[in-house]
Amino acid sequence: MNAPVQMRKPKETGVPDNKKYLHPLLLKNYGNWKYHDRPRPGVLHHVSHSGDEVWSVRAGTQRQMDVYTIRKLCDIADKFAEGRVRFTIRSNIEYIVSDESKVAPLIAELEKSGFPVGGTGNSVTMIAHTQGWLHCDIPGTDASGVVKALMDELYDEFRREEMPNRVHLSTSCCEINCGGQADLAIIVQHTKPPVINHDLVANVCERPTVVARCPVAAIRPAMVNGKPSLEIDEAKCMCCGACYPPCPPMQINDPENSKLAIWVGGKNSNARGKPTFMKMVASGLPNNAPRWPEVGAVVKNILHVYKEDARPWERMADWIDRIGWPSFFEKTGLPFTKYLIDDWRGSRANLNSSTHIRF
Amino acid sequence: MAKKMHDTPNLDQLESGPWPSFVTGLKELAKNKDHVVDLLGQLEESYKTRKGYWKGGTVGVFGYGGGVIPRFTELKNEDGTPKFKDAAEFHTLRVMPPPGMHYDTDTLRQFCDIWEKHGSGLIAFHGQSGDIMFQGATTENVQKAFDEFNEMGFDLGGAGPAVRTSMSCVGAARCEQSCYDEAKAHRAVLNTFLDDIHRPSLPYKFKFKFSGCPNDCMNSVQRADMAVIGTWRDNIRTDEALAKKWFAKHGMDELVNDVVARCPTKAFQLKEIGKVKSGDRISSVAVNDTHAVEIDNRDCVRCMHCINVMTGALAAGTDKGATVLVGGKSHLKIGGLLGTVILPFIKLDTDEDVEKLVDFAQRTIDFFAENALEHERTGEMIERIGLANFLEAMEIDADPAMVNSPRMNPYVRTDGWDDEVAKINAKKNAA
Repeated sequence: MNAPVQMRKPKETGVPDNKKYLHPLLLKNYGNWKYHDRPRPGVLHHVSHSGDEVWSVRAGTQRQMDVYTIRKLCDIADKFAEGRVRFTIRSNIEYIVSDESKVAPLIAELEKSGFPVGGTGNSVTMIAHTQGWLHCDIPGTDASGVVKALMDELYDEFRREEMPNRVHLSTSCCEINCGGQADLAIIVQHTKPPVINHDLVANVCERPTVVARCPVAAIRPAMVNGKPSLEIDEAKCMCCGACYPPCPPMQINDPENSKLAIWVGGKNSNARGKPTFMKMVASGLPNNAPRWPEVGAVVKNILHVYKEDARPWERMADWIDRIGWPSFFEKTGLPFTKYLIDDWRGSRANLNSSTHIRF
Repeated sequence: MAKKMHDTPNLDQLESGPWPSFVTGLKELAKNKDHVVDLLGQLEESYKTRKGYWKGGTVGVFGYGGGVIPRFTELKNEDGTPKFKDAAEFHTLRVMPPPGMHYDTDTLRQFCDIWEKHGSGLIAFHGQSGDIMFQGATTENVQKAFDEFNEMGFDLGGAGPAVRTSMSCVGAARCEQSCYDEAKAHRAVLNTFLDDIHRPSLPYKFKFKFSGCPNDCMNSVQRADMAVIGTWRDNIRTDEALAKKWFAKHGMDELVNDVVARCPTKAFQLKEIGKVKSGDRISSVAVNDTHAVEIDNRDCVRCMHCINVMTGALAAGTDKGATVLVGGKSHLKIGGLLGTVILPFIKLDTDEDVEKLVDFAQRTIDFFAENALEHERTGEMIERIGLANFLEAMEIDADPAMVNSPRMNPYVRTDGWDDEVAKINAKKNAA
């Protein structure tokens, strides 16, 4: 008999210390920064109380990176940035340099290597996104492909700082919205109830769990063709897809009926107004891979109107607060349908209970 | 050399255009890896049919119950064999990043070498929860890759009903707006819950996020069950040289329209220098020879706007700490919830201060584990039981900073009112 294989026990080291990865001047001036400015799009200039200065050069990446791309980014760091990099929450890479004269050659090297420099200040920065068809088990669409198609279109806005304020975008390949809140978000919106494969439910799904998961109590246990399964009250179902992850035989994704919706006005910052959630302003857009042109057109239109109409420092939410929703729909030309009137819990707070109307 | 590539007419269209292309990167990897050749085959099929073809399963590493996202292909031939057999398994390892996502190139190159050897060579910096996502390992190779990452000093993140991987902003390392040591708090809290990260056994996920100031660059208020957001209690600091420099560049129109008019509580005023109030809660600074900015810090809600616009001329105070909000989450199941203020202000300067945050996090998670229903997030639990009950369990006094307004309906039984008032008075007198 073979001796039992000795498995290696994990070292539960947790979150590693970041001190050894910090650029030397960041370590030296930790907690002692005085102010910053932006000499040009894609560059932040930070000044410490000690008098030290650093320039951070930010560049866009594809997030889903092959090892060759990462090594190329490392070569650039070794050449210009003392072998240190960091990533932003939106998957941009940042190089920190202690010598201003290195900034221009670093930018040239990044752009020559295909990494656009920008994403700072009042730019349209990289789209926070999810996994989609590449790796998710419940995706209604792709993520990286949508992002690539859109960022090709928004490339110039990434490299400039010409928007009224910063613009954060996100995409999500199902209604769970892993892409998160943003000034403008693209999210799958299913339009038909799930199609149930009754042969599989009993073996794959824990039925009480699935019943409990439904936000509108539209799912109940049932015997179908002599097998224990589930059935849906289709009049109640609002097609959110919450039942699909715990029960894959309840297929919610559909090549035609899974549409894309556009949401605007999410803001996490406390600056000016309190943080806000985004609001749905368009839906019914086709899931048109590989470049989703209909989605791109709506996104670019909204961003264009915002860019032209908003005042300095107005985020998308601040701008709409000032001009009002009727103006938003008029200026963007988007139809205001009855589906945009909230009827979920707490929705009365979203109705206008005043005579505050702009004419 | 890998096997012949499949035709990918849809994906090929994502190689044109100026933005870096993940398809081009995958094709580079596919030159040497059958794994990626078949991944591209399956992805192309998704683009054609507009359907996903992955299912989950159970794959992990020895000693842990989570941190690996298993993916098995569901794209099968009629005989049940995988249509793209070399990509039949494509699991992801979630690895926790250092706070602020700083790296040196030696570390990144080591990641690349390990993942080229044991995985597909595809890495995401970073996933939406903050993990480094090493995507595309066979079941057999998951353990080998993990062992090497773990020996480097990196550990798996959370998945499923667990404490999840956390994120913190660049913070004190490079931002003048940082109000506490984000990295220190991030590590102190997360590393307390390693068992809850690695062995999922909570009712549902629990996320912490750490933002150094109210700009909340980590989106913590919208996404974190516990959001730790830096703030300060004393006065906004001013710097006359930088204020004058700002004004010389931007002028009166911008000062009035972009700063004064945008202060949400009208705490920020522009005055002739001779009319500026003095007082221990007033900050003021001259912008030229005739005019000055006056901020009444009692009315200031620390929104950051004026500091963002006039960086350096204005700065957060020195009595810094954090506000802790609990219960943020996305739509499922009851709708999106923003976090609610539970600790209006805590100091985070010393190890003892940070220990108090860790203790609060521990008690919150304990209560969540005991009281939440299956698949119920913390915010939903609080919605169900009412904030007052949560506060009572946490032994935290009600505070008007926790609400937008007092209640707007009479549907509450108040026969304990006198006792509550007596308790509040007793505490006041004891203080």
